[in-house]
Amino acid sequence: MFPRPIQKSSPVAQWVYTIALPVALILWLFPLLGVALTSLRPASDLAQGNYFGMPSGIAWENYVFIFTQTPIGQYMVNSLWVTIPTVIGAVSLSLMTGFALAVYGFRANILVFFMFVAGNFVPFQILMVPVRDMTLNLGMYNTWYGLALFHIAFQTGFCTLFMRNFIKALPFELIEAARVEGVSEWRIFWFIVLPLMRPAIAALSVLVFTFIWNDFFWATVLTQGVESQPITAGLSSLNGQWIAQWHLVSAGSILAALPPVAMFFLMQKHFIAGLTLGAVK
Amino acid sequence: MAEAASTRRRWTQRTVAPWLFLAPGLAMFTVYVLWPIVESVTLSFYDWNGLYDRDGNFTGRFVGMGNYRELMSDPAFTTSLWNNLKWLVLYMLALPAGLFIAIFLNQTVRGIRLYKSLFFFPFVISQVVVGLIFSWFYAPNFGLFYKLIESITGQGVAVLADPDLVTYGIIAAGLWPQIAYVMILYLTGLNNVAPDQIEAARLDGAKGWRMLWYVVLPQLRPATFIAVIVTVIGALRSFDLVSIMTNGGPFGSSRVLSYYMFEMALGEYGFRMGYGAAIAVVLFLIMMVFISGFIWKMWRDERER
Repeated sequence: MFPRPIQKSSPVAQWVYTIALPVALILWLFPLLGVALTSLRPASDLAQGNYFGMPSGIAWENYVFIFTQTPIGQYMVNSLWVTIPTVIGAVSLSLMTGFALAVYGFRANILVFFMFVAGNFVPFQILMVPVRDMTLNLGMYNTWYGLALFHIAFQTGFCTLFMRNFIKALPFELIEAARVEGVSEWRIFWFIVLPLMRPAIAALSVLVFTFIWNDFFWATVLTQGVESQPITAGLSSLNGQWIAQWHLVSAGSILAALPPVAMFFLMQKHFIAGLTLGAVK
Repeated sequence: MAEAASTRRRWTQRTVAPWLFLAPGLAMFTVYVLWPIVESVTLSFYDWNGLYDRDGNFTGRFVGMGNYRELMSDPAFTTSLWNNLKWLVLYMLALPAGLFIAIFLNQTVRGIRLYKSLFFFPFVISQVVVGLIFSWFYAPNFGLFYKLIESITGQGVAVLADPDLVTYGIIAAGLWPQIAYVMILYLTGLNNVAPDQIEAARLDGAKGWRMLWYVVLPQLRPATFIAVIVTVIGALRSFDLVSIMTNGGPFGSSRVLSYYMFEMALGEYGFRMGYGAAIAVVLFLIMMVFISGFIWKMWRDERER
């Protein structure tokens, strides 16, 4: 193990380490903690310049205010409307593409695979004008499905890479054996491979959920207005209205951050398995 | 006879099946990713305001290399390109920083799992939120960073309003989640370092830096490779933070290519779709250098299997 386990060091070193851990964590999360505290600080404190001293009270009313006086609730619902169909769509499509690329040795295989991988890294801007134009022409501008369709297509690139590598690592004898028994290809996919894919599906679902919930660029390009804007774009426009009202900006930020954070904590193992794909041989 | 027919059917099934499985995903990907790339490249040779005439015809005018020639003499483009370079170089700091935190946290003490998760936190939250958090951090007169500088030098600095500092301020905000990402990659890598090799090296008297450099880092190569790739992509995709924190200002000094492209095509400067497309093509070509490297390495690995 590297570095040497702290238990083998001197008692002083162990003691220093025990202190250093929480201190480092607080420093690391300092900006976030500051914002979390500001979101609960009464507006009057900020007006009097009391930014860091003892708050005069805990102001849950900041959260009540943004829920009742701003469309932030609507924005969050809009986000869900884009995020959940994208997760379902991208995971389903990539299960099939990943299966095709992992199991069959046809000639164009590696080419198709690399195309998915490369497409996944392309800068968004090279897609922006044509995708926006197409979405407008199809009458899907400013709708949840216009945005979700694009996300499904784009995420399929990354998801295919993931699924393909996952299926490649499964024991191929399972599929061989089924073929000898005369099981059709579709049934092999549905009854043999799919049940083994649960961990991969879980990992990709949390990752795609987070990516899409946090997307800002496409939300700005493909939607406008309260009825369809996701939370990221909504928060950005609210920020424009709340100039220097940091208690509101902070409360909005915390709200926007909550769902992915909750997702991460609930599904931590899967989340990290998804992100670190390829980091070990 | 029946045997042969069934073998043949099996064979046809196996040639057709992959394409049926690929069809929906490939179709979506072609429509939304591959085709738009071709269209953007074509569009970069046109002057177009994004509109169609009454009969639905494209109104663009072919200008050949005109957009690219204009880019050469556009100071805003040069600024953006320079800033992209700063992003690329400084973003690489995420690698040593992430490795350092990973080594710091790679212990088995009580509650360490929770520490690891909390250190990873910045990566999970949206860049919009990160941008807002850092805007507050840098805010003149009361921001924590402003106060800190004021207490040290007696004079606060409004980072986001200073043309010379603004890009560095935004990069620092971007590094926060990026370091967290690199950290998690290295933590996974460190978990898989062969313990016997470490022990053998330890018996040979290797420790500290020498151990890290000669024994551990070579084994972390796959993690380092992924970390470089995601960091480069992160640096070149830097749109959200610029948009949230400064809108490219002050005086356009914090623009990057991704943001400048958006400004030209959809922003307040009017709808110059062709010119925007040309900027996007330049960004795409820069990215292609890295993408090809990545694909090349993957191809080599595939052949080794």
